[in-house]
Amino acid sequence: MNAVEYAKPQSIDDAIRCLTNAPVGARVLAGGTDLLVQLRAGVVRPPLIVDLKGIAELRRIESTADGFRIGAAVAGAELSEHAEFSSQWPGITEAFNLIGSTQIQGRATLGGNLCNGSPAADSVPALIAAGVRCIVVGPSGSREMAVEDVVTAPGKTVLTTGEFISQFLIPARAAHSGDAYLRFIPRTEMDIAVASAGVCLTLNAAGVCTAARVSLGAVAPRALLVAACADALIGSTLDDAAMAKLAAAASAACAPINDKRGTIEFRTKVAGVLARRAVTIAAQRARGN
Amino acid sequence: MAKHHVTTTVNREPVELLCDPSATLLDVLRDELGLIGSKEGCGSGDCGACSVLMDGRLVCACLVLAAEATGHEITTIEGIADGNKLHTLQQQFLEDAALQCGICTPGFIVAAKALLDRNPDPTETEVRFWLAGNLCRCTGYDKIVRAVMNAAAKMREEAVHG
Repeated sequence: MNAVEYAKPQSIDDAIRCLTNAPVGARVLAGGTDLLVQLRAGVVRPPLIVDLKGIAELRRIESTADGFRIGAAVAGAELSEHAEFSSQWPGITEAFNLIGSTQIQGRATLGGNLCNGSPAADSVPALIAAGVRCIVVGPSGSREMAVEDVVTAPGKTVLTTGEFISQFLIPARAAHSGDAYLRFIPRTEMDIAVASAGVCLTLNAAGVCTAARVSLGAVAPRALLVAACADALIGSTLDDAAMAKLAAAASAACAPINDKRGTIEFRTKVAGVLARRAVTIAAQRARGN
Repeated sequence: MAKHHVTTTVNREPVELLCDPSATLLDVLRDELGLIGSKEGCGSGDCGACSVLMDGRLVCACLVLAAEATGHEITTIEGIADGNKLHTLQQQFLEDAALQCGICTPGFIVAAKALLDRNPDPTETEVRFWLAGNLCRCTGYDKIVRAVMNAAAKMREEAVHG
């Protein structure tokens, strides 16, 4: 490890100033579960580490008229322990509960899981499916963007020098809607997704799907929002034909890597299976809501 | 390289120290404070041998910068016993022989305490999932899980009968 300085600003403006004035390569620190591993491995050698956990807005979970406003430095475990949030968004909650161990979940944050830029980040497809947006703050002001627009490639985001995510805007769950997230790993716990699917859908009184968002993880350089999957579901009663169309659309959207965790063929097939199963769970939840 | 000033609480004692800004909490616990019960197994958050509590929440000390400990309360394996009286979990690990080489034991006991503080009556499945981030290279998981279940039962009894 070779960082030279640690700063813990107490406001967004101070943090932006810190990052803007820092030498090239400064890094923000939220939960640290990725950054500290990279530091130790010598993958990064930042001259300055800016800890964002001193900023109140980044550590708060607020329930608002439009849903929830959640600080980017809130840990997954804190989100899961929030009864109102986890009952409204069980799919997002499940996704966070799959990230690493108890130890990791107590530290790893929403902003970190997204900005680390892993194509296999478990929370990201769940957030994309739920239509979550985030607020990016930086030297030229703040901007709002959809979660699916943040990551551009493995480890790369659209954020520029001095910018970081301050908060996530999670909509209130619509009536008769439900979300779900599933991933495939070769074991039961403590692994990285080989393929994953996040789904959020709405049903009307007749059981017809009126809105849907389907996102896939670990099958492309970044998590995908697959419009063709949503198109397969909307207007259907989620019957076998619609489910087959959904699975085919999911598999068609895949552009995965071939590695020790899974072959291209396996990931492509499993993405379709997971999408179908996640839709089944989300639909059960929608019927119960 | 400028040293970073850390003001924290470790095992209920106020602690002030100067450290390298990139030092982890684990580095400082072991090398500066001499609290060598927390072990470094992997240094990357996979093995749980360095598990400590930060404001009651279970964390890997290798994934926390010492600088981040400022203003927080840290509890290590050394702070689990009540003076010379072992914690029920520690006593039960001994009675059930839930350790072999012992390297993972401090982490397992700290992690199990964090679980029982939240959930005094966990199922075996809940214990196994909670402890999934603690690896025992001797693979003595069954005895460990049994010791946690037995300790939980004893602690529930102590809570009722005082």
